[in-house]
Amino acid sequence: MSERTLRGKVAIAGIGETTYYKHGQSPDAEFKLALQAILAACHDAGIDPKEVDGFASYGDDRSDAPRLAAALGIKELRFSNMHWGGGGGGVAASVANAAAAVHSGMANCVIAFRSLAQGQFARYGRSRLGAAAMGDDAFLAPYGLISPAQRFAMKITRFMSDRGIRHEALRAIAMASYHHAQSNPRAVMYGRPLTEEKYDASRWIIEPFHRLFDCCQENDGAGAVLVVPADRAKDLPHKPTYLLGTAQGGHHRSAAPVHNAPDYASAHFPTVAKNMWAMAKLGPQDVDVVQAYENFTGGVLLSLVEHGFVDPKTANEFLVLENLLAPSGKMPMNTSGGNLAECYMHGLEMVNEAVRQLRGTANNQVAGAEVVAVLGGPMVTPVSSLVLGTEATL
Amino acid sequence: MSTTMKRALPDGLPAPDQPPLTKPYWDGTRAGKLVIQRCKGCGAHQWGPEWVCHRCHSFDLGWEEVAPTGRIWSWQRPHHPVHQALTGFGPYTIVLVELPHAGNVRMVGNLICEPTAPVEIGAEVEAVFEPHDEADPPYTLVQWRLKG
Ligand SMILES: [Zn+2]
Repeated sequence: MSERTLRGKVAIAGIGETTYYKHGQSPDAEFKLALQAILAACHDAGIDPKEVDGFASYGDDRSDAPRLAAALGIKELRFSNMHWGGGGGGVAASVANAAAAVHSGMANCVIAFRSLAQGQFARYGRSRLGAAAMGDDAFLAPYGLISPAQRFAMKITRFMSDRGIRHEALRAIAMASYHHAQSNPRAVMYGRPLTEEKYDASRWIIEPFHRLFDCCQENDGAGAVLVVPADRAKDLPHKPTYLLGTAQGGHHRSAAPVHNAPDYASAHFPTVAKNMWAMAKLGPQDVDVVQAYENFTGGVLLSLVEHGFVDPKTANEFLVLENLLAPSGKMPMNTSGGNLAECYMHGLEMVNEAVRQLRGTANNQVAGAEVVAVLGGPMVTPVSSLVLGTEATL
Repeated sequence: MSTTMKRALPDGLPAPDQPPLTKPYWDGTRAGKLVIQRCKGCGAHQWGPEWVCHRCHSFDLGWEEVAPTGRIWSWQRPHHPVHQALTGFGPYTIVLVELPHAGNVRMVGNLICEPTAPVEIGAEVEAVFEPHDEADPPYTLVQWRLKG
């Protein structure tokens, strides 16, 4: 029996995104943003949009596949897929699901995407609950535990308290994203640098580890990638970017109700990261650039630890700004500005940035980058991650 | 129990829904008792409530009164108001409390303390039942305070 793997079987042939807007400032409807990003990804790949035969998304994206297929005049829809879970836990999974469809022969040319104009709907960080809290929320909301930051904060408190990791480590994570955004004209925070003083003076969202700049913003926009069989990518305009490894899910009872996961102080990657590295036949030491989803900087810390990039024992020394910067830091991270400073497009912008790094066209290019890891949204369930590489890594 | 006791948070936050799966818990808190799910098949404690035992897959889950004491497993102190009822209020303290007498399951509640009080992981706490008699249906929340 042949090895069951996606390693080297598919490629990202095209990337696309809209202009990224501050929350509520998109002049275009959310569905129109989705269409723009998808068409841009097709154009980038040199593929007729009518050849697209599948769509994969996550985070309960409102731009559904059948409507997209009808709007774009798709000849035949062969794959439509929504990954369970909120936020960006499914960002890598959407690419993986597209890849699985392509590799299995269920489809030939699949878009993975995210479209978000939250301002046209409801606001994150504010309650959308009614007068009665249902399900898990019945045991949380009456105690004022409502927002995503609050859902995750006690994981961070416990992990950092146990390991003696200082808030300055999180500050470095935030500053790396803002630093890179200053040379990325696409970034919402372009021209708005972050200093240590500004970070330290920012207001508490939640003590003890969430200041304002530890938390993601809200944005409007859309991003998309086009996934095709590896063979096909060779004949397209751009240098191919191959999927080397990917995994999704969560460890034992990571979604146990009312904060009862046995391994609670976790971003939920212990098994996912192991499975991803196994498929990729690589480890963290092989990675040239890391894109690590920031919903909150504490989640990035946990994510980096669970993927093996950071040892908690040396986190205070390692997580300093200079180590995280392109082009020459020890671990260049979030090189386009990430969720914090390029755009909170639920991590899809990080997949695009990973492809740019491997093509050699990034604004903050790491010279000779061959392997890029994208760590999806941490602390939700299920989570997902992926590793991409150039032809040389096959 | 008095309805005039000072509550941990302002009125107006969502009230807990009390469907059949979780009703025995809410009935317990009304009577000043902390009751949680315990499997009649294998004896595992389980929280939050679920239809099946995660360990042995028995559907025969009972409810057991447990000692209303525990240890702080983790905590947070929100400042940003995430609900209109909290505007102008805060910061306030949320704790995750581990119950050593109930298989170390954890519960979420507020720690009754000053908004600047230091919070220590591992500190011993005891339950404080906070009735909301005027609600329809009425309910009682479980808050926590440092022991002794
Ligand atoms: Zn059982």
